[in-house]
Amino acid sequence: MEKQNKQISVGNLGPKVRSDCMVNFELANTGGIQINLISKVTPLYGDTIKSLCLKQLEFHNIENAILNIEDKGALDFVISARLEYAIKQLTNSDKDFLLDIIEENKSHSSKEKFRFSRLYLPGNTPSMMLNAGIHKPNGIILDLEDAVALEKKEEARYLVRNALRNVDFYGAERMVRINQLPLGIEDLKFIVPHHVNLILIPKCESADQIHQVEIEINRIKAAENLNYPIYYMPIIESALGVEKSFEIATATENVVSMAIGLEDFTADLGVRRTKEGNESFYARTRIVNACKAAGIQPIDSVFSDIADMEALAENVKTSKSLGFEGMGCIHPRQIAVIHENFAPEKTEIEKATNIILAFDEAKSKGLGVVSLGTKMIDAPVVKRAEKTINLAIKLGILDENWKKIELKI
Amino acid sequence: METIKNAIGRLVPTEINGEKQIPFQGVGKYKPEGFIHAPKISSNVDFPLDGNKKVASLKDALIKAGLKDGMTISTHHHFRNGDLIANQIFDIAKELGVKNLRWFPSASFPCHEHLIQYLEDGTINRIEGSMNGALGRFCSEGKMKGIAVLRSHGGRYQAVQDGEVKIDIAVIGAACADSFGNANGLYGQSASGLLGFALADSEYAKKVIVVTDNMVAFPCIPWQIQGNHVDFTVEMDKVGIPEQIVSGTTEITKSPDRLLLAEMTAQFCDVTGIIKDGFSFQTGAGGTSLSVSEYFGEIMRERGIKARFARGGSNKYLVKMLEEGLIEYILDGQTFDLDGVRSMAENKNHVWTSPFTSYNYHSKGNFAGIVDVVILGATEVDVNFNANVVTHSDGYLLHGIGGWQNCLFSKTVILPIPLFRDRIPVIIDEVTTICGPGELIDVIVTERGIAINPLRTDLIEKAKNSNLPIKTIHELKEEAEKICGVPKKPELTDEIIAVIKWVDGTIIDSVYKVKQ
Repeated sequence: MEKQNKQISVGNLGPKVRSDCMVNFELANTGGIQINLISKVTPLYGDTIKSLCLKQLEFHNIENAILNIEDKGALDFVISARLEYAIKQLTNSDKDFLLDIIEENKSHSSKEKFRFSRLYLPGNTPSMMLNAGIHKPNGIILDLEDAVALEKKEEARYLVRNALRNVDFYGAERMVRINQLPLGIEDLKFIVPHHVNLILIPKCESADQIHQVEIEINRIKAAENLNYPIYYMPIIESALGVEKSFEIATATENVVSMAIGLEDFTADLGVRRTKEGNESFYARTRIVNACKAAGIQPIDSVFSDIADMEALAENVKTSKSLGFEGMGCIHPRQIAVIHENFAPEKTEIEKATNIILAFDEAKSKGLGVVSLGTKMIDAPVVKRAEKTINLAIKLGILDENWKKIELKI
Repeated sequence: METIKNAIGRLVPTEINGEKQIPFQGVGKYKPEGFIHAPKISSNVDFPLDGNKKVASLKDALIKAGLKDGMTISTHHHFRNGDLIANQIFDIAKELGVKNLRWFPSASFPCHEHLIQYLEDGTINRIEGSMNGALGRFCSEGKMKGIAVLRSHGGRYQAVQDGEVKIDIAVIGAACADSFGNANGLYGQSASGLLGFALADSEYAKKVIVVTDNMVAFPCIPWQIQGNHVDFTVEMDKVGIPEQIVSGTTEITKSPDRLLLAEMTAQFCDVTGIIKDGFSFQTGAGGTSLSVSEYFGEIMRERGIKARFARGGSNKYLVKMLEEGLIEYILDGQTFDLDGVRSMAENKNHVWTSPFTSYNYHSKGNFAGIVDVVILGATEVDVNFNANVVTHSDGYLLHGIGGWQNCLFSKTVILPIPLFRDRIPVIIDEVTTICGPGELIDVIVTERGIAINPLRTDLIEKAKNSNLPIKTIHELKEEAEKICGVPKKPELTDEIIAVIKWVDGTIIDSVYKVKQ
């Protein structure tokens, strides 16, 4: 039943570590279960933590073990994830110990949901997960890829699994960035059964990669009888990926948006990433075009200077003008700036409502040609105005009944 | 120890350190009669006619002041963690074999950990002031010989004025002084801005010693401390460590969660109409509070309005607002950084104050109630809005009261606090130690919702139609428990190791020895 290793340490410890713990786990042959907890919260939660560990060990039929926990205020889902990985490393237990999923995290997403902002959260850093949702990003990304050190990849899967079930993200779409394939395929069984809404597929270069992901997802869904939708956001990070962007965007109907990752892309091109971004202009417009042709959302790369909000605002405006419909964030303070600048401007909304009113009036008078001031209004103009208005209504900037209010009826 | 239940339902001792105590009787209920305590009459014939009161060393001064067993020695905390005076006083007391002293600082800092050895060997019997860090831990573990007494800045002034605490020797460190004893905190390597916390000590102590590392020829201008109250002056190389006295780098928090708290606090003040032309505010020096002033500034700029005054702790952000014309006056209680010190020296609208003007219970009114809104912190708040600032949820005494209790008399009191810290819920059923009664605490702002005290129906009404997340305090408590779990109450012994005084000198709560 037992594997060769007898002892393992999991988790994080250090002067700056918060909301996490270091679990040191050792199997024994006799002596029952010994739990040593060092924590500031012992007077408040010592009993809770110990009974959780006992329950989890019993679940895995472990009768003799020494468990040392050095805790820095970790919540149950963190302690349980750390312990679960330790148990899996030292035993052959194939059962999964899961805490009850919170109701909020059973919600589904939809294809059309706004994805203006999505906040990256390192997959092995619980302290950043806890309050992510209060900053109201459209989505949160539990990142298993670049933000997790190589030697922490496996333990991060358990933490991400538990976070998907137990951290309230207050309505943000729950996204996970898996590792580059083939490692990323292995990640799926830790996230698919736990109500993930959307999966980011990094360094995507072909439709085949999307298909590989989908086949594995469908296999897991069928095995576990799951029927909620799981969407994909491939990330294009290479010259080849850019060339294949339309193929990728149309690989399956679950591809709902596609992002560009400029750090890797510029590296692939062998050029420096600049603030102006001339070096990636072709790639970005190509991605936008492929997405629009496929009817999905084009998403821009993250802006990495977290101190410069003015430059971020400029960046978002440029991004919006190219046709992008969202951008990644690496700091919660970027969220509001991104939302504000992707949202339609006041003058933009005013113009749109005027166009629709003029169009309605012309229609009611049976006029064939519509004009506003000296300008002719044709069908595409009306369509764009309608898009702006719908967006403004969905964002809560424009009242749903704006027409009635405008016409005072 | 005999205890009695006070008006807020807490058991408090009827006598500590051999002195009778009065239990808290409710806000504004206790009014002692009689006269203000006064030191003995001095005659100027007893002092050098040429005004030179300089003695060779602090040791000489303490000997001449009659240092002996059982005395009360006071110091101020304007040098904060850079204070070099308090430790020296007790080094000298130890050397002289003096025992059983009462240290009466306006606050203590981590640098005073040095004094633990003297609490252990009986040189010092107890601290009446604040207990931070290691001193708090020492006290909480029941190792201090006497019972500690924690007072607010205003409460300290009250205790001195009504004779509850009679200071035998006050030692006042000053950045600048003359040999007559005139002193200020404005000029010199140990500049701390002002010396307001030493004002009562200078006026009421039996003996007053002024110590400086910047002795100037008479007159030392301005004389924040008047030499006419001073018995001896001492010149030494260094009274403080400048970089620990004022920080050159008070910075706004970078924590996104705290910035959100600050932003929500400012928005609340905006939608409820607190921020209006001519208003006044006070924020602390913590990262969150500093950011609140910044957000206030943004709103004021946008609306084109000005604040009549801001109460300090001053810092570079407040000074910037003063210089930009967003604030007409800074009424400063302590300067936190070099910009604060510079501004106080240069700008006549940056005014130094003391606990007498700002907080005192025995004066004919004070400034606290004039302030429109004050932003404070807390370690815990309970469902009745009672708040704790001195102990943590594990029962350890780790912070002082500062001006916190006194500020509760402002028109609106807002506590921006996280719902939980490293799993420890901040909003709970019952606080470990009551420092402030809930009736004076109006709004709790957490990152997950804002609770308004049901007594403030006016604020509830004004915030009703905002898009701020207004919740009840019970909802917030449940939310914290949903995330962290329901905490067990920490086990404490029934041995009282410290008491918390209310602003009027009555005891509002007791602090118990922790179980180790």
